[in-house]
Amino acid sequence: MASITLKDLVKAYGDTEVLHHIDGQIEDGEFVVIVGPSGCGKSTLLRMVAGLETVTGGEIHIGDRVVNELEPADRDIAMVFQNYALYPHMSVRENMAYGLKIRKISKDEINRRVEEAADILEIRPYLERKPRQLSGGQRQRVAMGRAIVRDPQVFLFDEPLSNLDAKLRVQMRLEIRKLQQKLGVTSIYVTHDQVEAMTLGDRLMVLNGGYVEQFGTPIELYDRPETMFVAGFIGSPAMNFLPAEVANGVTTLSNGAQLGVAQGQGNVVLGVRPEHLEPQEDGAIEVQVQLMEQLGANTLLHGALKGTDTEMVVSLPGHVTAAPGTEMKFGAAPENMHFFAPDTQKRIE
Amino acid sequence: MVENRPILTLVSHLVLIFGVVLVALPIWITFVAATHDAVRMTQAPIPLLPGTHFLENLKATLFGSGLSSAEAAPVWRMLLNSLAMALMIAFGKIVISLLSAFAIVYFKFPFRMGFFWLIFITLMLPVEVRILPTFEVVANLGMLNSYWGLTVPLIASATATFMFRQVFLTIPDEMLESARIDGAGPMRFFIDILVPLSRTNIAALFVILFIYGWNQYLWPLLITTDNDMTTIVMSIKQMLEAAEQSPQWNIIMMTALLAMIPPVFVVIAMQKLFVQGLTETDK
Amino acid sequence: MLKRVHFPSSALPFLLVAPQIIITLVFFIWPAAQAIYQSFLIEDAFGLSTEFVWFENFQILFQDKQYLATFWRTLFFSAAVAILSMSIALILAAFADRVVRGATAYRTLMIWPYAVAPVLAGALWVFMFNPTLGIFPFLLDMVGLDWNHYLKGSHAMMLVIFAAAWKQIAYNFLFYLAAMQSIPRSVIEAAAIDGAGPVRRFKDLIFPLISPTTFFLLVINAVYAFFDTFGIIHAVTQGGPANSTTILVYKVFNDGFVGLDLGGSAAQSVILMFLVITMTVVQFRYVERKVEY
Repeated sequence: MASITLKDLVKAYGDTEVLHHIDGQIEDGEFVVIVGPSGCGKSTLLRMVAGLETVTGGEIHIGDRVVNELEPADRDIAMVFQNYALYPHMSVRENMAYGLKIRKISKDEINRRVEEAADILEIRPYLERKPRQLSGGQRQRVAMGRAIVRDPQVFLFDEPLSNLDAKLRVQMRLEIRKLQQKLGVTSIYVTHDQVEAMTLGDRLMVLNGGYVEQFGTPIELYDRPETMFVAGFIGSPAMNFLPAEVANGVTTLSNGAQLGVAQGQGNVVLGVRPEHLEPQEDGAIEVQVQLMEQLGANTLLHGALKGTDTEMVVSLPGHVTAAPGTEMKFGAAPENMHFFAPDTQKRIE
Repeated sequence: MVENRPILTLVSHLVLIFGVVLVALPIWITFVAATHDAVRMTQAPIPLLPGTHFLENLKATLFGSGLSSAEAAPVWRMLLNSLAMALMIAFGKIVISLLSAFAIVYFKFPFRMGFFWLIFITLMLPVEVRILPTFEVVANLGMLNSYWGLTVPLIASATATFMFRQVFLTIPDEMLESARIDGAGPMRFFIDILVPLSRTNIAALFVILFIYGWNQYLWPLLITTDNDMTTIVMSIKQMLEAAEQSPQWNIIMMTALLAMIPPVFVVIAMQKLFVQGLTETDK
Repeated sequence: MLKRVHFPSSALPFLLVAPQIIITLVFFIWPAAQAIYQSFLIEDAFGLSTEFVWFENFQILFQDKQYLATFWRTLFFSAAVAILSMSIALILAAFADRVVRGATAYRTLMIWPYAVAPVLAGALWVFMFNPTLGIFPFLLDMVGLDWNHYLKGSHAMMLVIFAAAWKQIAYNFLFYLAAMQSIPRSVIEAAAIDGAGPVRRFKDLIFPLISPTTFFLLVINAVYAFFDTFGIIHAVTQGGPANSTTILVYKVFNDGFVGLDLGGSAAQSVILMFLVITMTVVQFRYVERKVEY
C-alpha cells in the first residue's frame, strides 16, 4: 500500500500543454476518482501515473519513491483498461499469470495467487477458457483479476465500465467498490460518468481543460462546488444558473424578482439545484412550465424563469401534475443557493 | 439467389462445369500421359483415358535420372532441393518481415521512415528486371550452386513487411501497455504476444510464400549449374529440350505432375488460409 | 503508422531491421544501381575496354526496330493475357455468384492452377499443342487447320497467351467472386424489385460496383504478363520462332546471358524498372493495393 503525490505535474505535446500544474495528494488506501468531460486530460493523467506517458514537468511519487523515470513494470501498479486488453490467445489463467511469470515467481505461488483471485471474483469455473468465450462482465472480472494477482501498491482504472450495458455497469460498480474496500489498495479511477464518480470515490478530482477544478469528497462537491463547472457537472439534472445582480444584500433576478439572500456585489450567477427548489406561496423564483416528465419517484418540470428565456428544471418528489403554461412559485433554503462570479466562474463566499 | 429460375440455375451449373473442365483439362492430360508407357505416348492421337503404367512411371521417374538420355540428378533429389528452397524462402521471408515490421511499428528510432522506404523499394524491383547485376553480386559472394544463393536474395519482401505492419497496427495499443505493466520487454512482448496474435496471418502468408518459393524458375536457372542443385521446376525445361530428340512424354509428364503436386496440395488443403493470404497481401 | 505508445529507442530496432535492410541493399539496391551504371557504358566486342556513353545505349534501343517491336509485342501480349483471363474469370465468377449450392466447391476446383509454376503451365500447353502428338492439333486438323507453333509465329503467340491466361484465371476468379459476394444482397434485391433481370443487374449494377476490382486486376495481370511469364516463354517457344514471342523480360535475359550485351541489357533493365515503378505507383495511387510478394 502506498500514498500517491502529484507535485506541479505538467504534460505537454510539443508546444501544447494539456495538463497544467496538477497538485494532489492521494492517501494510502484511498479510492480517488478522476472525473471530467472527454478530452479534459483525465486519461493522460492516469497514464502518467502508470508510466505509459512521459512526464513533462513536476513529480509523481508513489509511496516514498519518485517514479517519473521508472518503467511501468517497476512502479508496482496494476491497471484495468477500458477494453480490458486481455491477451486473446491466452486462457484466463495464463492472462492472470503472465505478469507473475515474467517476474519469475514460482509455479505453485502463481497458481495459488491466481486461484485465490479467481475465488474472490468468482471466475474460477472460467480459468481455462479464452477471453472470447466470456461475456463482457466476465472479461471485466478477469481484467480485475489480472490486477489483483499482482498484489500491487496501486490500482489504476481507465473507464473500466464504459463497455458494459447499463445494468451490468451498476452491478460491477458495486463490486469494484466492495473489492477495493476489502483489499484496501490505493486506487485511482478515471471516468466521465459523474454518477459512477459519486458512488465510487472517497474523493473526486474534477478535471476540466487540463485544470483541477476541485478535489474533494462527493458531498463537498455537491454541497459547496467551487466553480460553476463543478456545480454544473456534479448532480443530475444539472444545476440551474440564473443571471442576477446583487446590491445592498438583495439579489435581483433578470425578471426583476428579488431575493433576500446575497453574496458578492454587482453581476453574479445564482445557482440552485432542481431538487432544492421548493414550491412556496410567496416564492420569488417564478417558473413557467413547458414540459413535464414523470419519473415515478419524482417529477421533473422543464420551463423558463417567468418573463425570460432562462431555461430551468425543477425536481419535485412524488407525483405532480402541471399543464404546460402553468406558472409556479419556488423558493430555496439559503444554504442551497450558490453564487458565482460570471467572469472567473468561481464561487463567491 | 434473388429469384427462382431453375433454367438459369441449370445454365449456371453447366457454364461452371465447363469452366472447371477448361481449367482442369491440362492437368488431366498430364495425368493421363503419366499413366501410359513411352511407346503409346509417341502415337497420335494421344490417349484421353488413363493407362496402367502409373506406378512403373512413378518409380522410373523418382529413382531413375529423369530421362534416360539426360544427365541429371534423380528426381527425388530435385524434389528435396525444391522443398528446401521453398521452405527456406517462406520461413526467411516471414521471419525477416516480422522483425522489421515489429521495429517499424513499435519503436521510434532515427531513420525509421528511411528504412521503411528502403523496404518499399524492393517492391518495385522484381528479380526479372535486374537479373544480370544481381547474378554478379551472388557470383562475387561465392553463393552460386548453394541453397544460400538460391534463397537469400529472394527473401527480402516488402509485401510481407507491409502485411505484418497492417496486422500489428490493428492490435490494440492496450495490448502493449498491458504487457509493459506486466513487465514484458520488447522481445518478450514480440514472442509472447505479437507472434501468437499474428499466427493466422503467418500461416496464410506461409501458403502463398511456399508456392512462390517452390515455383521459382529463372533465379535457380541462373544460380545453379551443378546437377545436384537442380530443382524439379527447372528440370521440366531440360526435359522438354531433350524430348525434341527422344520423346519420353510419360516420364516428362510424370515429372510435371510431381512438380505440381506439393503446391497444389498446399492450396487445396489450406484453401481458406490461401484465400485469406492472397487477399490480404494484395490489400 | 506508429503506435501511440512505443518502446524506448535503443540499438534493438536497428538489429531488428538489419537483416531486411542488408538483403535489400546487397541484392536489390546495389544491383539496381549497377544496372543503371552499366546502362551508361558500352563495352567493345572483346570486352577489353568500356566507354562511358551517357544515354547512347538508350538511344540505340529506341532506334532499334527489333526492340521497339518487342515493346509493342509485350503490350499486345499483356493486353491479350489480361483480357482473356479476366473475361473468362468474370463470366465464371458471375455464374458462381448465382449458384447457392456448390459455389465453394467450384472455387476449390478452379483455384489450384494458381499453384502451378509458369514453366509447368508452359510444358502442359506445349504438350497439348504438340504438332505431332497433341490433342488440339489433332482436333484442328479435322477442321482443316494445320497447327505448328514451331514454325508459325502467330500460333506460337497464341499458345503462350493461352498458357499464361489459363494460369491466371484462378487468381482473377477468386478476386471477382470475392468482390461480387461483398456486394450487399439488399442492393441486388432492390434492383430485382425494380424489375431488373439477371443480365440487366449484372450490366447495370454488379459490373459497375466491382470496377475497382477490375482495375486492380488489370494492373496485377499486366505486371504478371510483363514479368512472371518468363518461364512460359522460355519453356514453350524460347522467344521464337524468329523472335515472334520475345517479350521484354525475355529479351533482357537473352541479350544479357546469351548475347552478353551488358550495356544494352542493363539499359533494358532500367526501362523495365521504370515500367514497374510506374505500374506500382499507379496501383498505389488508384487502388492502394500492392504487387508481388
